Amino acid sequence: MKDWPLWEVFIRSKQGLNHIHAGSLHAADAEMAIENARDVYTRRNEGISIWVVESKHVKASNPEDQGALFDPADNKIYRHPTFYVLPDELKHM
Amino acid sequence: MTKKEALLKYTLRLADNASILGHRLGEWCGHGPVLEQDIAMTNIALDLIGQARNYYQYAAKLEAAGKTEDDYAYLRDPLDYYNLLLLEQPNGNFAHSIVRQYFFDIFHYLFLTALMSSKDKQLAAIAEKSIKEVTYHKKWSGDWILRLGDGTELSNEKMQTAINVLQTYVGELFLMDEVDEMMVKENIGVDLAPIKEEWTRIVQEHFTEAKLKLPDATWTQKGGKQGYHSEHLGYILADMQYLQRTYPGAVW
Amino acid sequence: MKDINIEDQFQAKIDAEIKIEPKDWMPDEYRKTLIRQISQHAHSEIVGMLPEGNWITRAPTLRRKAALLAKIQDEAGHGLYLYSAAETLGVARIDMLNDLHSGKAKYSSIFNYPTLTWADMGTIGWLVDGAAIMNQIPLCRCSYGPYSRAMIRVCKEESFHQRQGYEILLTMMKGTDAQKRMVQDALNRWWWPAISMFGPNDAESPHSKQSMAWKIKRFSNDDLRQKFIDVTAEQAKILGVTIPDPELKWNEERGHYDFGQINWDEFWEVVKGNGPCNRERLEARRQAWEEGAWVREAATVYAEKKARKNQEAA
Repeated sequence: MKDWPLWEVFIRSKQGLNHIHAGSLHAADAEMAIENARDVYTRRNEGISIWVVESKHVKASNPEDQGALFDPADNKIYRHPTFYVLPDELKHM
Repeated sequence: MTKKEALLKYTLRLADNASILGHRLGEWCGHGPVLEQDIAMTNIALDLIGQARNYYQYAAKLEAAGKTEDDYAYLRDPLDYYNLLLLEQPNGNFAHSIVRQYFFDIFHYLFLTALMSSKDKQLAAIAEKSIKEVTYHKKWSGDWILRLGDGTELSNEKMQTAINVLQTYVGELFLMDEVDEMMVKENIGVDLAPIKEEWTRIVQEHFTEAKLKLPDATWTQKGGKQGYHSEHLGYILADMQYLQRTYPGAVW
Repeated sequence: MKDINIEDQFQAKIDAEIKIEPKDWMPDEYRKTLIRQISQHAHSEIVGMLPEGNWITRAPTLRRKAALLAKIQDEAGHGLYLYSAAETLGVARIDMLNDLHSGKAKYSSIFNYPTLTWADMGTIGWLVDGAAIMNQIPLCRCSYGPYSRAMIRVCKEESFHQRQGYEILLTMMKGTDAQKRMVQDALNRWWWPAISMFGPNDAESPHSKQSMAWKIKRFSNDDLRQKFIDVTAEQAKILGVTIPDPELKWNEERGHYDFGQINWDEFWEVVKGNGPCNRERLEARRQAWEEGAWVREAATVYAEKKARKNQEAA
């Protein structure tokens, strides 16, 4: 016999914040996954909203691609406000 | 019976219900069918024990005899315990525990909904606090009724057997005695007649979806509310009260 | 040539305290070591529910009952976090459980001892959880990301466990002679198994060196044991109990407590399965699993039916 499917659990800890990955668990269906997530991951008021997604549906980037995917952002310093030199007298910009 | 005596007894019944079912669920801890459900059942046990404590503490205040919550839970004999017979029935297999839970959860939910408008502020407050927990309990057990009823042939059979066994204790949920009558008259307690109707409607509908049958009641076991129990309660209390009884007066 | 290079890079990452994540390359032996350690750790949490579970129905007050239930439930949760962390390494929970049930996988030997009195609940919290925390805090910085994250969560939740136990003992030590006797007796029975929890002496610990290099392990068994004994000896004084080791003595020069020899023969016998409760513990786990089979099966079938129905409706 096989395990129940594995689910990834995302929890919003309070209104206004993103759902953040909390961990995973096994459940037979989505309904049960939400209930289990509530029972497992919010025992100490950790959440007000839950997302669950079956782990097999998560497609992750490959670590080997890390360089190609993310390094090119390194040298685009003009995307950051500190790149622009402005006089000190100018406040609040 | 004075109104005060009736209210005390009424409160203790609610306390004992929560305490005994919480105790039974606690027996599952570490032995559940799957880790996630082990955790779920303990959550329900903890909710119920918390509710029991609220009621016992209120009972202590009502009686004003310097008792604590633990005096009620640990130092009363079976004859002075007032929980429903259904709740002291053994865990059996998972099907028995689910059916017992579901039967009670639906009742509990309807009961607390009504109790929230009790004239007794304290009971109303406890009901309001508990109803959210119980809303979850009934969702949890209700989902399992569907899964196991409409799961495999084997699970359906086990569920139907459990229903047939436990059905004889359902009638007691709705039986009114003089305590109930007095509390209803005072606008403190809950009239159980409309609850019975609603309960039957909900359970029948749910069972139909789950491919299960609620047999017609031919006979109802009763007495728990008055202190006359099945043989099981004695053993529950023997365990529960062992330390308090063996070492009188000791602090733990 | 290329392999050596990858392995060097891997070690360099670890040396630089960069966490290893599930999809990153890792040496087979690193993966195997982690699977073994994390699954053993998970099994310990699950089996560890049983000795304390033995007292749930006999907890002496409602407050104690709720705290004990919550604590044991946390252990179930911790087992779950740990199984999940192990699953990121490509092993299914069911395979880990099968290994536990067949006796192939190990779990902490401490749980093969019986809980005989209520004082055992206090002593387990104080000593067993105390030792576990000491072991686990360094694991929060373990090089494997999912394990480290699971341990952070575990440690945060466990902070009440030891206090819960110590409070039980404090209350009993303020009580009757019968209660004090129970506490001392529990300490007598649990002390040596508890300090054995840190594992064999460093010289006898074959996997330790590699695990340290990989930062799966951060401190040696003996260092952690010493630290535990130093802290616990002081806590025993506050409690007013006597640690059952005549050789336990403060050593000014070392700045540590000296202590006696652990009976390693007994330790290895319990590991091999000859502890007082090995059979019961494993049997309880097996039974729960087997009796739950029809439940798990039914839920699977129901989920499939529902999915089919939803598909047809769509």
